Amino acid sequence: MMDQSLATIIELQSITKVYGTGSAAMPALRGIDLTIRAGEFVAVMGPSGSGKSTCMNILGCLDTPTSGSYLFEGQNVASLSRDQLALVRRHYLGFIFQGFNLLNRTSALENVELPLIYRGIPVAERHRRARAALASVGLADRERHTPGELSGGQQQRVAIARAIVTDPTVLLADEPTGNLDTARSREVMELLTAFNRDRGLTVIMVTHEPDMAAYAKRQIHFRDGLIDDADDTVIPGRSA
Amino acid sequence: MLWETVILAFREIRRNVMRSSLTILGIVIGVAAVITLVTLGRGATAQVAAEIASLGSNMLQIRPGQGFRGPGGASGAAKPFKEKDVTAIAQQIAGIAAVAPLTMRNGQVIAGNVNWSTNITGSTTEYLFVRSWSLAAGRSFTDSELRAGKSVCILGATVKKELFGDQDPLGARVRVSGITCRVIGLFAAKGQSSGGNDQDDFLLMPLQTLQRRIVGNDDISAIFVSARDGVSTAKVREDIEQLLRERRRIGANQADDFFVRDMQEIMSTLTGTTRILTALLGAVAAVSLLVGGIGIMNIMLVSVTERTREIGIRLAIGALEKDVLLQFLVESVVLSSFGGLFGIAFGLGAAALGARAMDMPFIFSPGIVAVAFLFSGGVGVVFGFFPARKAARLDPIDALRHE
Repeated sequence: MMDQSLATIIELQSITKVYGTGSAAMPALRGIDLTIRAGEFVAVMGPSGSGKSTCMNILGCLDTPTSGSYLFEGQNVASLSRDQLALVRRHYLGFIFQGFNLLNRTSALENVELPLIYRGIPVAERHRRARAALASVGLADRERHTPGELSGGQQQRVAIARAIVTDPTVLLADEPTGNLDTARSREVMELLTAFNRDRGLTVIMVTHEPDMAAYAKRQIHFRDGLIDDADDTVIPGRSA
Repeated sequence: MLWETVILAFREIRRNVMRSSLTILGIVIGVAAVITLVTLGRGATAQVAAEIASLGSNMLQIRPGQGFRGPGGASGAAKPFKEKDVTAIAQQIAGIAAVAPLTMRNGQVIAGNVNWSTNITGSTTEYLFVRSWSLAAGRSFTDSELRAGKSVCILGATVKKELFGDQDPLGARVRVSGITCRVIGLFAAKGQSSGGNDQDDFLLMPLQTLQRRIVGNDDISAIFVSARDGVSTAKVREDIEQLLRERRRIGANQADDFFVRDMQEIMSTLTGTTRILTALLGAVAAVSLLVGGIGIMNIMLVSVTERTREIGIRLAIGALEKDVLLQFLVESVVLSSFGGLFGIAFGLGAAALGARAMDMPFIFSPGIVAVAFLFSGGVGVVFGFFPARKAARLDPIDALRHE
């Protein structure tokens, strides 16, 4: 079902990122080229300090590269301003974090509604879409619960609902199962797989665990600020 | 979006009721102080104005001498006025409603075996008009009584009380500085003046009677003039000065040997003084508002630090800098406006109590309430801006990592 004709969503060209200046300069990325197509499910792996988190921050438009170009749906977003990057995140990206990052003392429904508020969606439609998103992660009956009243797995599912409620182009997941036990991790992965399969949602996920990476159709390995091409595992029938 | 932000601000504030109340305490105290002081100040101003109005606000007092307190100020030092001066003023000055010549003297008044020392004033019926006196009983002087210098008198409320108690004095005879007078009227009480003098402690008799039978000359020690409504007292004053300078043959380079006191002018001086005092007190109170603002800034900074992760989440899912800025700004404005509302309530309450305690009018002025409310909101904007900007400029990556 994957083929080369699928549109390119993300294209990184010679991306570098250097922290600090002068003799204290610390290169985190040394020239990354990466293409991600619509509907892919990519697992990003690598030891800590390999640059995968830096790369994820750049992919997520939370950070800008030191040099190189980042084409998001053909638009170069490498040198956009803070607010322009925020607009890219608002309209095209969804985030899931290891620590769930839900607003405390705020109901599940309101957490899911949050991105819709910033999109200026009227309250009735907001409720409707947020309820649908919660239902799609199997939490329709928990909309009044606050994160403190939910288990870790449920919290991460709320976070997934919040990430997909805007129908983003790309879902960025930063170690989404890092804080969960195996059973809960499988639930989360199955949800992500389902969204990828059923809605054609592009998923980029950082993980340490090969078990979780196995859910992805493609694996990218980072080492010392570079993508280890040899390890770029591509599903059969498709070349990079 | 703004509405959502306001709701969010209310929710944040409700989450920390204790802290929020302590935070706004400074604003509450500041606003309450401003409202109380300004309201009481307005009351005092109004009271002073009312007292002066009871003297006769259109009144001009003309006395010989060079002022009340300056050198040679004693009225006796300069040439006194005569009947002709009064007639000249009445006939030649435009815009005058009434002219009352008067002469005063302290003396004993005796009724039966009761003895009271009071101010004996000799004047005409015009005096009642000029000083806005009304009669509680009896009648005023007739023209013939005035012309003939009949021995009749009208008692002030205090004199009546001291000499007659609850008895009806009308028609009774009293001895006034050695002459026997018939009581023909009673003044309605006016109470104390702003200076603390008992305005009711006096006795009025025809000018002629006092001059001929008690003082023994035809001097007039003061002339009270009442300007017509709508006529500028300053103009009347000028005209009178001009006329009297001519009549008293004062050369161009010579100083006046009389002076005209304009009650309107005194009123504006007095109300001006209370107004300045009010403004000063208000300024002192405004300083406490400032201190309250710093308290808000402090708590907002703490709040921004505490909610760093929340800010990170909001930024990550697409909040713009201005969205976050607005969120915290609205929160601080809502906080400080709450402080303003409570402060206004407390301030008005305190002013009402204070006005009652000090026997002053309570004057509610919507203007100052609106200003205080807007000002407290402004304090929220000014002191909330720095913390809000700090929040808005957070780096989303760092903010998300914040523990």
